Order: sequence, then C-alpha cells, then structure tokens
Amino acid sequence: MLVLTLETTCDETAAAVVNERLEVLGAVVASQDHLHRRFGGVVPEVASRAHVERILPVIDETLKRAGVKLADLNAVAVATSPGLAGSLLVGLVAAKTLALALDIPLVAVDHVQAHVFACRMAAGREVFPCVGLVVSGGHTSLFRCRTSTDFTLLGSTIDDAAGEAFDKVASMLGIGYPGGPKIQKAAAAGNAKAYRLPRALLDDPTRLDFSFSGLKTAVRYQIAGPGKADFANLHLPEQQVADLAASFQEAVVDCLVAKSILALEQTGLTRLCVGGGVAANARLRERLEQEIAERGFELFIPPLSLCTDNAVMGAIAVDRLLAGGSDPLDLDITPGLVRRTAVSP
Amino acid sequence: MAEFIHRSFDEAATARLGAALAELLSAGSVVALIGTLGAGKTRLVQGIAVALGVDPGDVVSPTYVILHEYRGRRRVFHFDAYRIKDDDEFLELGPDEYFESDGVTLVEWADRVERCLPRERLEIRIDATGAESREFRIAAIGQKYVAVVDGLNRFGWEKK
Repeated sequence: MLVLTLETTCDETAAAVVNERLEVLGAVVASQDHLHRRFGGVVPEVASRAHVERILPVIDETLKRAGVKLADLNAVAVATSPGLAGSLLVGLVAAKTLALALDIPLVAVDHVQAHVFACRMAAGREVFPCVGLVVSGGHTSLFRCRTSTDFTLLGSTIDDAAGEAFDKVASMLGIGYPGGPKIQKAAAAGNAKAYRLPRALLDDPTRLDFSFSGLKTAVRYQIAGPGKADFANLHLPEQQVADLAASFQEAVVDCLVAKSILALEQTGLTRLCVGGGVAANARLRERLEQEIAERGFELFIPPLSLCTDNAVMGAIAVDRLLAGGSDPLDLDITPGLVRRTAVSP
Repeated sequence: MAEFIHRSFDEAATARLGAALAELLSAGSVVALIGTLGAGKTRLVQGIAVALGVDPGDVVSPTYVILHEYRGRRRVFHFDAYRIKDDDEFLELGPDEYFESDGVTLVEWADRVERCLPRERLEIRIDATGAESREFRIAAIGQKYVAVVDGLNRFGWEKK
C-alpha cells in the first residue's frame, strides 16, 4: 500500500509517500529543501497563496523521490486540523482532487496527534500508550495517548506557546528569526543562572498547564523596563544577550521537563513522546534524556527533521487505512484545536 | 475624539476592564489592539472573551496561526498580525467577513495592518507602566464607538 500524505496546516508545505510498513519512500518539506529556490524562498509563509504555489511542485518532487507514479498511489492522507483555515484548505482540496481523480480513499489526519506519531516513525516500534508532549510555535500541550488517535488533553498553555515565546524573546534580544535556533546559539555562551526569571505554574502540582507570557514580559523588563521600547535599537551587550537567552531557555525547559515528569507520575504511564518544533532544542533534549532516564521512564524524541512540521508523520493514517477506514469527499477542515475537557488522569 | 484612559495595577484589573468592554461591545464590533511585546494584549482579549462566555482555556495567543475563533454568547474572532508581512497577506484571510459578522473581532498588532481595518473601530493602546501595571488608552474611531467610550467613562472605575 502506498499512501501520499500532505501537510499544509501553517507555514510549511510538505508531502511524503509511505507504505503499510511505515517506511518512508520519499518526503519533501518546501522551506527546508535544497530545491527551495523553485518554491520561492527559504522562509516559510503563512499565506495560503504560498501553499497554492508550492503544493503541486512538492507533490511532484515527493513522487519522483519515492520512485512512484500518481497511478501507483493507494490512498491520500491530509492534515485537516488544527491550523489556519486558508492553509488547511489548500492541502484538503489537493487531497480530495487526487482521491477523486485516482478513485482512492481519503483520510483526515490530526496534526497534533501526527506530531506524537513522529516518535513512532523515528522509533520503528510501538510507543503507545504514552504521555505526549507537543511543543511548537502554535502548541504546548500534554496528552494522555492511549493509542495513536485516542488522546485526552491533560494540560496546555494558557497564553503563549513555547515556540512563540522563543520567537518573541529572540526578537526582543535582536537576534532574529526563527527564535528557537537563535536563542539556542546565543545561550551557548551564556550563564543560565544570570537572571532569575519566572517559571509559571511550576510549583502547582495540581495543574499540567503552562504559561509563558509572564516569562516573555519578564525578559522585556530586564532589557527595557516599563514604557515603550524600540527593541530594534537597544544594542544590548553580547554577554547580556547570551545570559538572557540562556536564562530564558532554562526557564522554558524547566517547565516543560517538570510538567512532563508530573504527567508521567500522575497517569502511571512510562513512556514520554515529544513532538513539535521546540523538541529540536538541544537543551530540552539533553535535560529530558537525563531526567526521564533517571526516573526509569522511556523517552521518545524524533530527529530534528521530524520535530518541525513535516508530512512523514502523516503516516498516522496507515493504521486506519489498513482497517478499511476512510473519510468522505465532503470532509471539511477544523481550524481550531479540538479540546477535550481536561479530566483527572 | 472620544477617549477613555484607564490604569490597571494588576492582571485582575485588566480582566475587569475586559468584562466592562464585553458588556459594551455590540455585534459586529472591531477592536484594534496596539502595544509592544508583553504589553498585555492577549490578557485583555482573554478578559473580553471570557466575559462573553468563552472557555478561559480556549483563549490563547494566535500569533502562530494568525486567527482563533471562539464560541461564547457571541462569536469572538481573535486575530494576531504579529507575523503578517504585508497587507496582501492579511487581506487574503478575508478579514472583512469577520469584521462584518455578528461576532466581536479583536485584532492584536493592529498597527501592522491598519489600512486593512474598518474605518470605524475601537482602538486600544496599551503601555506597560510597571511589572503588572498597565495604561490603556481607549479611543473611538468613528461615531459607532463613541457610546462604548462613554459607557467606560460612566463605569466609575476609581470609586471601586
């Protein structure tokens, strides 16, 4: 069975071809690809017009790399939730068109569940049941994952996502975009204990939620104080930038690690699967590897290319297809995060 | 220009301002929020949306996906133009459909897409004056919003 998977939930246009053994035959992510010039630049764009321009070249290139023709495909899977409506629609329309033209099944994929499934793809073995931590520019959530598609929300950010905080703090420090890699690089020369920054909700064992808005504001106060600040013209000393970057990064990592461990303890689960762009952060990976192992839990964290948005994780659709499942051609997008009321674990 | 200036000294006071605004904003209102990183734009949106019956857990920063839609007593559309590069990119989202709906539309980083906003709108400029204290300058742009500003002025904040 050959499945084409499409991902256009936010900035990235991506496609992959996977088979029933979850092997990846070919995969392309537009912004990360050496062919990016063909797709009009390296910087991902939120605009749906960018997805429109990229989706067909990305599918073509994916099929070419996989060495398969359109007619060889047995199914098409597409991320339909959550994300930006216009962007989601581009992927969905492409998927429906292929499903109709090739007369093959169409399957909807939940982007957040797919991020956890990236751990399954990377591990090459079963990872469920597990606690799933999805941490990216748009999400910071902990789930109890019974199976690849049966998730219960345990907690999530109550304001900014962790990746968003990285981007905004990098902007304040004047070190550019994307914030994750820039902060990580600046932090390498910094002292993580130089500044005392808040770790919201860390001491509340009853909650598995996160809050990074106050941390962002605290960094702002360290560099600009009250009132209007033109962050473009601050010209902070290099060591101060490094120390702030390191102190900020450590605060975010402290919260992510502590709540993940708390979620494992509260659910009685033993595996932690981490997905999303922030899972590419070296300090987070280092701390998780150490502290999860120390407690006798098992950590699954994919290689960097499967942390950020990609279509390989769309292989989550394979199980359902093998069971004969599919979605109708009037399938619609669900832009909002489908929340389930947090229940006590 | 009708204007209302409010100083809040903690986040609870910001939430009360949000609740007052929620009472005063009619169907089809558009609110432009302007302020730097960490000013408290999302916090004020949370105050408004929660007072309109939206689940507090649902209201988070839409920076990454640009738009969140919530359902309460009214529909609430929560835009964030932080990552928007140009007017075209914003207009492509079809903002007029939201502005002209029966919901309440709140736009963070509104100064980045000012030319795309309705001619009449409520403009809220937020300045951080201390760690938790904020100054809100709320101005009616257009006749439609004068009643909102008058309503805020009648609220009698300082007596409470």
